[in-house]
Amino acid sequence: MLVYLIRRIGQSVLVVAVMATLVFLAVYAVGDPVAILASPDADDQELRAITARLGLDRPLYEQFGIFIWNALQGDLGRSFVYAQPAVDVILQRFPATMELALVALIFSILLGVPLGVIAGLKPESILGRTIMTTSIFGFSLPNFWLGLMLILFFAVQLRWLPASGRGETVDVFGVPLSMFTWDGLRHLFLPALTLSLYKASLVIRIAQAGTREVMLQDYVRFARAKGLSRNRIVFVHVLKNMMIPVVTVLGLELGSMIAFAVVTETVFAYPGMGKLLIDSIGRLDRPVIVAYLMLTVVIFVIINLVVDLLYAAIDPRVRLTDSKG
Amino acid sequence: MSKAVLDVKDLSVRFRTREGVVTAVNNISFSVGAGEVLGLVGESGSGKSVTGLAVLGLIDPPGEVSANSSIKVNGRELVGLPEEPLRKIRGKDVAMIFQDPMTTLNPVLRIDTQMIEAIRAHEKISEKAARERARQALEKVGIPSADERLKAYPGQFSGGMRQRVAIATALLNRPTVLVADEPTTALDVTIQAQILSEVQDLCAETGTALVWITHDLSVVAGLADRVAVMYAGRIVEEGPVTAVLEAPIHPYAAGLIGSVPSRNKRGEPLAQIRGMTPSLVNLPPGCPFAPRCDYATEICQTTMPEATPYEGERAARCHHPLSSPTPAAA
Amino acid sequence: MAETTTPETTANRATGNDAGRVPHGDPRVDPALTRPPEQGESLMRRHIATFFESKTATVGFVVLVILIVAAFTAPLWAPQDPYDLATLSIMNNMMRPGETLDTGVLAILGTDDQGRDMFSAVLYGMRISLTVGAVSVLIASIIGASVGVFAAYMGGRIESFLMRVVDLQLSFPAILVALILLAVFGRGVDKVIIALIIVQWAYYARTVRGSALVEKRREYIEAARCLSLPARRLIFKHLLPNCLPPLIVVATVQIANAIALEATLSFLGVGVPVTEPSLGMLIANGYRYLLSGNYWISTFPGVALVILIVAINLVGDRLRDVLNPRLSR
Repeated sequence: MLVYLIRRIGQSVLVVAVMATLVFLAVYAVGDPVAILASPDADDQELRAITARLGLDRPLYEQFGIFIWNALQGDLGRSFVYAQPAVDVILQRFPATMELALVALIFSILLGVPLGVIAGLKPESILGRTIMTTSIFGFSLPNFWLGLMLILFFAVQLRWLPASGRGETVDVFGVPLSMFTWDGLRHLFLPALTLSLYKASLVIRIAQAGTREVMLQDYVRFARAKGLSRNRIVFVHVLKNMMIPVVTVLGLELGSMIAFAVVTETVFAYPGMGKLLIDSIGRLDRPVIVAYLMLTVVIFVIINLVVDLLYAAIDPRVRLTDSKG
Repeated sequence: MSKAVLDVKDLSVRFRTREGVVTAVNNISFSVGAGEVLGLVGESGSGKSVTGLAVLGLIDPPGEVSANSSIKVNGRELVGLPEEPLRKIRGKDVAMIFQDPMTTLNPVLRIDTQMIEAIRAHEKISEKAARERARQALEKVGIPSADERLKAYPGQFSGGMRQRVAIATALLNRPTVLVADEPTTALDVTIQAQILSEVQDLCAETGTALVWITHDLSVVAGLADRVAVMYAGRIVEEGPVTAVLEAPIHPYAAGLIGSVPSRNKRGEPLAQIRGMTPSLVNLPPGCPFAPRCDYATEICQTTMPEATPYEGERAARCHHPLSSPTPAAA
Repeated sequence: MAETTTPETTANRATGNDAGRVPHGDPRVDPALTRPPEQGESLMRRHIATFFESKTATVGFVVLVILIVAAFTAPLWAPQDPYDLATLSIMNNMMRPGETLDTGVLAILGTDDQGRDMFSAVLYGMRISLTVGAVSVLIASIIGASVGVFAAYMGGRIESFLMRVVDLQLSFPAILVALILLAVFGRGVDKVIIALIIVQWAYYARTVRGSALVEKRREYIEAARCLSLPARRLIFKHLLPNCLPPLIVVATVQIANAIALEATLSFLGVGVPVTEPSLGMLIANGYRYLLSGNYWISTFPGVALVILIVAINLVGDRLRDVLNPRLSR
């Protein structure tokens, strides 16, 4: 297990390094770095100061060294708009986005797994086919338009839920979270639902395929031969096996949820990292964009790592292969 | 023969497929008494496994057991029984073990979970008592330090051990009938022999009737009291195991016996049955074995031979019976 | 034996992305159906017949054809040219669906804040969406297929390097990559297409390489090698045609994804320019008026977008069943 862990961490560091290089090349080496990094209305003196600070008169490899050195110390530049270190600006929005992504993840499991299992148990039935066809609609609804329609229906027409913003927060271990207040949940519901629908459809698909596959296995037949009730077979034997691909894929999809939060947060004017990214693109606040990219890369890599470890925890077969190898 | 605890009459199982209706099991009858061992022998596709599943009521759509079939366990009719009473019989009165021990145990559940649930599906009994019974059952099939092994996952066992666990699980509720679907085929030869004798002993001890499904006549020779040879969904010959092996009536049974290596003299080429098993879709009207049979005549192409009883509790379906046995008095 | 997962396969496992691939194949794939169209005509005809056996797929196909024809013939019959600012009159702005413009045109879907007839705007917008989707998929699939076949053919280090690049690319959500690319490039239809090509090629590379590897192991490739046929001939005559069925399926689904992505990017304000509104752009325009109850500007382009994407996905879903390559979403 230790060898495996070390190897996986090594891979992760490599990915971060590669991405850092790409970001460096994109932002620093292509075009005029000063123009990209300085605020559009900077004067000559400022430009010179930036040039000096970044050492732009030096050769490329030295510049790369400086970028990496600064990045390692958590310095990815200062935001022009907020006049704060870019990393800080991002980190302030981080809890809101994570919260949104997590609630959406929970929604997609609660929606997707039961429907997928039902469809998988009776793939030829009308209900099963309906679920699968509906999941195609889930794939097809563009995220942002779905959000708009939900706002139109629940916020504008019915006036049940707020259309935008983040609700009241409480500090949990110093992190402001809104999912523990009623107001916060009301604000989270629509964006999380929007964000979850695509993943829910995905979960339906995996759960359906997984259930069909597991139902054909000998151990299900043996479980039936033992005289187990259908519920016991479905909820213990099938579900536990079927959750393996679901957890794997969903874990990995947490990353793409954070990315898609860009769209959802914009639609719902939800103050997370994603909205910050769009605002920063609009305002040419490049250090924030760079900081967002680097932070997302790190998050993705960590998620991948955690999913692999989680995978080992839920599937005894992985553990076994490990202890042997 | 002692009183039959498993009595199968006119069992037919059909599968609706795109190509047409496949009659996997065609009008077969057999019975097994308490403590008796029946060997159900046939090539793959002969319908022997489907027969086993039918006895457990495990035929799923598109397959169906035809309505005039009868499967009686302890005198109770299983055909047509709704799912819930059927469930109560499965694992309690009739148990089954399967061919591949690597896949019959759920890989993500611990052994204790899988054994205890089998007990608690049929009896209201405490978790602790069930665990104790599971432990004893494991010890009985020769698994050392059963307490520890109960907490293991199937992946930590070898194939032979897993099959022992499966057998222990199947016998937990002292079933009246145990259907064993080639449980030793996937194992090493030495382990095959061990498992064979263990199952035999366990069944003898509890008086469990055993239906041993196999393609291997040599297994049946040492194990079974009676043997039923299946071909293309029908039982073509049935009788006491020694009588059938010594003097088969049906040419197919004779062919099977001839192709067992030990029955040939050294240096002689191994006998084989020419041709292939027929497709079960839209079988021709005559004897399904006719195209491969050395004795086939015109009548074999057109008319299915009736099951004819012979002296010594034997029966066969053939127009040209070998070894001229005496037909039983009607 | 149930599938055993070693840490090795876990580490190399496909990483997730927004196109919704699942590292989980259909367990019941008939190998005969994954066979290439060797028998030519008759097989093709059989596939077509099988395709139309499904009602939903037939509906999807018919709707798709109608939408494509309607979108591309729009200049001939649409009530208005929504790009021609001269024909727009501010007097006609924000009309509800069913009102009549001062030019006498009936605005069945209403007008937007600039007095554009929404029906015409939707038709023109669909034309842009379809073009962007189809062109980007076409180019990306050519690039991706070449890389995939090349990797499979070369094998060894080159293959593993290329596939690492593919994995890396696919481990980052397309939306994010495209967003950043467009933030750097700036707006424009051509730039959107380039960004979509960059985020898509890797799917095709992986798909094609997968099926090319399967084909490579078949005897006839061995035979062709023994005859020392030139590599080019082997790749184009043998490997590539056999990779086509899965490629077609992925490409169909990707057109839908590309259209959705383009709409999203335009909605976020980094996609097509304001002067040539695609469906996403139209929806973004209506966003401002949504809260005041003027629903139609965002709603109808959205409905058109959804119908378009659903139709393509229904066709793609059926194609996957018919061609039955070993993929699932």
